[in-house]
Amino acid sequence: MLRSQQRGVLPGFRLTLGYTLLYLSLIVIIPLAATFVKSSELSWAQFSQTVFSPPALAAYRLSFGASFLAAAVNAIFGFIVAWVLVRYDFFGKQFVDALVDLPFALPTAVAGITLATLYAPNGWLGGWLAPFGIKVSYTQLGIFIALTFIGLPFIVRTVQPVLADLDSELEEAAASLGANRWQAFWRVIFPMLSPALLTGFSLAFARALGEYGSVVFISSNIPMKTQIVPLLIMGELDGFHLARATALAVVMLVISFLLLLAINLLQWWSNRYNATNPA
Amino acid sequence: MKTLLTILLASSLVAAAGAREVKLLNVSYDPTRELYQEYNAAFAKYWKAKTGDDVMISQSHGGSGKQAQSVINGLEADVVTLALAYDIDAIARQGKLLPADWQKRLPDNSTPYTSTIVFLVRKGNPKHIKDWDDLAKPGVSVITPNPKTSGGARWTFLAAYAYALATYGQDDAKSLDFVTRLYKNVPVLDSGARGSTITFAQRGIGDVLLAWENEAHLALKEFGADKFEIVSPSLSIRAEPPVAMVDKNAKRHGTLAVAQAYLEYLYSDEGQEIAAKNFYRPRSRKIAARYANQFNPVKLVTIGEEFGGWEKAQQRFFSDGGVFDHIYQP
Amino acid sequence: MVEQPLQRNQPGMIDDAKINAPRRMSEPPFVRRLLIAVALGFIALFLVVPLVSVFAEALRQGLGFYFQTLRDPMTVSAIELTLIAAGISVPLNCLFGVAAAWTIAKFDFPGKNILLTLIDLPFSISPVISGMIYVLIFGAQGWFGPWLIEHNIRIIFAVPGIVLATMFVTFPFVARELIPLMQAQGRTEEEAARVLGANGWQTFWRVTLPNIKWGLLYGVILCNARAMGEFGAVSVVSGRIQGQTNTIPLHVQILYENNNIPGAFAVASLLTLLALVTLALKTWVEYNTTGLRGTAFTPLPLKKEPNRKLA
Repeated sequence: MLRSQQRGVLPGFRLTLGYTLLYLSLIVIIPLAATFVKSSELSWAQFSQTVFSPPALAAYRLSFGASFLAAAVNAIFGFIVAWVLVRYDFFGKQFVDALVDLPFALPTAVAGITLATLYAPNGWLGGWLAPFGIKVSYTQLGIFIALTFIGLPFIVRTVQPVLADLDSELEEAAASLGANRWQAFWRVIFPMLSPALLTGFSLAFARALGEYGSVVFISSNIPMKTQIVPLLIMGELDGFHLARATALAVVMLVISFLLLLAINLLQWWSNRYNATNPA
Repeated sequence: MKTLLTILLASSLVAAAGAREVKLLNVSYDPTRELYQEYNAAFAKYWKAKTGDDVMISQSHGGSGKQAQSVINGLEADVVTLALAYDIDAIARQGKLLPADWQKRLPDNSTPYTSTIVFLVRKGNPKHIKDWDDLAKPGVSVITPNPKTSGGARWTFLAAYAYALATYGQDDAKSLDFVTRLYKNVPVLDSGARGSTITFAQRGIGDVLLAWENEAHLALKEFGADKFEIVSPSLSIRAEPPVAMVDKNAKRHGTLAVAQAYLEYLYSDEGQEIAAKNFYRPRSRKIAARYANQFNPVKLVTIGEEFGGWEKAQQRFFSDGGVFDHIYQP
Repeated sequence: MVEQPLQRNQPGMIDDAKINAPRRMSEPPFVRRLLIAVALGFIALFLVVPLVSVFAEALRQGLGFYFQTLRDPMTVSAIELTLIAAGISVPLNCLFGVAAAWTIAKFDFPGKNILLTLIDLPFSISPVISGMIYVLIFGAQGWFGPWLIEHNIRIIFAVPGIVLATMFVTFPFVARELIPLMQAQGRTEEEAARVLGANGWQTFWRVTLPNIKWGLLYGVILCNARAMGEFGAVSVVSGRIQGQTNTIPLHVQILYENNNIPGAFAVASLLTLLALVTLALKTWVEYNTTGLRGTAFTPLPLKKEPNRKLA
């Protein structure tokens, strides 16, 4: 009843919903459906042969492993950055705050050639690491660095607002009950931030899984070693295997859906968490 | 934003209306950028003198397989100039854009120039790389692109295999072991020849680059002869990068005549000379003699004699689950 | 209406709390300094050094070479194409964003959460796949390929394909900026305007738009940055025709692969400047509106309709 009443007052429901659905279908849904249709050209045997081939399995392992590690490193350092930005004052804070979003604003191709140049054995940073026998460009380490770069803002930007909204009374209470600073952090603050941290982690992880532009320049593209899944898909596309590329794409799409679902559940959980601990 | 867009659209329309020239799209592979830049200018001049028409030639470059795939998917090339016949065969077979016997339409199997695979090493050749067997030694780092996506890399792989067959008395198992050891020494497998040159010359990775002959000479020219040396192995392969008109596209664009002339002119003295100047081995005896000291004499095998043609070689070595895949199986 | 979604609208509260906080509430000075040092070190290593190196590499051959590269016809045509792609995709996604936000924020209908998830989808899809899907549909071997060829319409490996791929990857930006904003604002103002006799368009132009203008601007800035910088998706549908289907990021790749490293970085520096301008504009918008802080560039999941609303 309420619904029809509101529709009566504000106009444009049909127009905007219709347009939204039309545009969504044309740009997103129909093209994505094409992937599933195309991959169905393969028999189940061909499909499983493609998506479970040794190079594919190695690529999933690398994609998941490097993305996970990069997200984990970002979770630690991103948390510290968020903490420092919210809690402390220092020279250039505003600048650092604005700069955190650079990996989003900087096109991935630029990030790719920059990182590959910086970390090459004759680059600024690579040259410095080379004497220690540490190779970055064209190794798995290079992929990890690129994925860390592109995932950097996620943790900072998810933790930052929650940390800023955090009620200081709880900390005060912990302090007055005799908890030291570390205990207050670990027992009181950290649990309240963990949903946001997890959300940020999964977002960084999801982004890293699909990343192409920044990795393609720094990866050495060796099957079983430094081929992440998007590179493998690109290789299949270039090698006359459209259907097989779509088979791998379907696997990635399903994983993306699942991750999106997980992130939404996390968000729901963290909303509920915040709701039960009203600020 | 809107005005900017309007201006842009308007200006592009004006440009389109003002241009009364023939347009040609040449889809080529990676290392031919310089060759076709020079050749396009020469051909445009020739065509203008002959017919009075202006011809504007656009180029697209990338890994040979990738380029063929793009043409199959609708990149409207009037002519293709790719790294190997198999990629044009694929366009004929999968895209049905030109007849299957396209290779018979122009002289010399439709390859106006040939090339081969040589080694580019760092100045002084510190690892003493003289021949293919030096590449498979432990501690040598070899740069070559991925044969699955790069045409040059497929020629390279076959050259190495041909060497192994000759060395090990046509023993396939030993030859396979040899190329496996060689490819274990490859730290970076770029998707195209250009990427490999960057990795080796610019990034300083690897002891030796397995390169198209022309690409190796170009690297010497670009980076300085004081940095690298070219080493010719005892045996290599005659790489035949073919050219073909994409009939269906050219017909639709009304460019059949100019596309045909564009390819034929590659065989003219001027075309052959430009190829030679860009370090491709010309077919013309006359031009070849003029540039003889530019090319080291190497014993060259051909894909036809050694491997029974591209169809067979592709199937055996580079298809999925083929010989190349086995190299990386654990 | 009972909801109070953006607590951050009241920054004063937090600051007061910080100032009044007892000493025990903060870390010892050396821990503070250590944490600041770690944070700054991390930022310096991962953000500042790459940023500086772009310009250092770009200017390696001197200013003359730098400007010569930027004036090169190939570079100019890449810039033009990028402007066209962004110039078409940003307004269209803007229109979509407003429509989607209006329908989602102002009305109740079943399936709203599914719609929100679908709008989010392009964020979680690899750019390679985003480009590939259009090859499957419009490629010569794809669904509409033969028909398109018959009618001499080029989509893939031409400007329309590049625009489509750009639209896909920037699809959610404006929508996901406006939806939470309009949800937070509720519908009372619009309803009041209607009761007072305004028609639909008047309500939108006079009431809604002024309320969302900063959010809209914010979304447009971010959408534009991504549209101009997209690489993976566009590279799949481009065809790499020099001077015709190369956007700025693709031109960077071509120069880079062509051994012209300083040239590649010179063109890359354009995109880097764009990124810096984007960050500056973004900060400026945030300065004008406290509520937007931190909600945007990071594709945070959209706030779903809370279930407890019915209660």
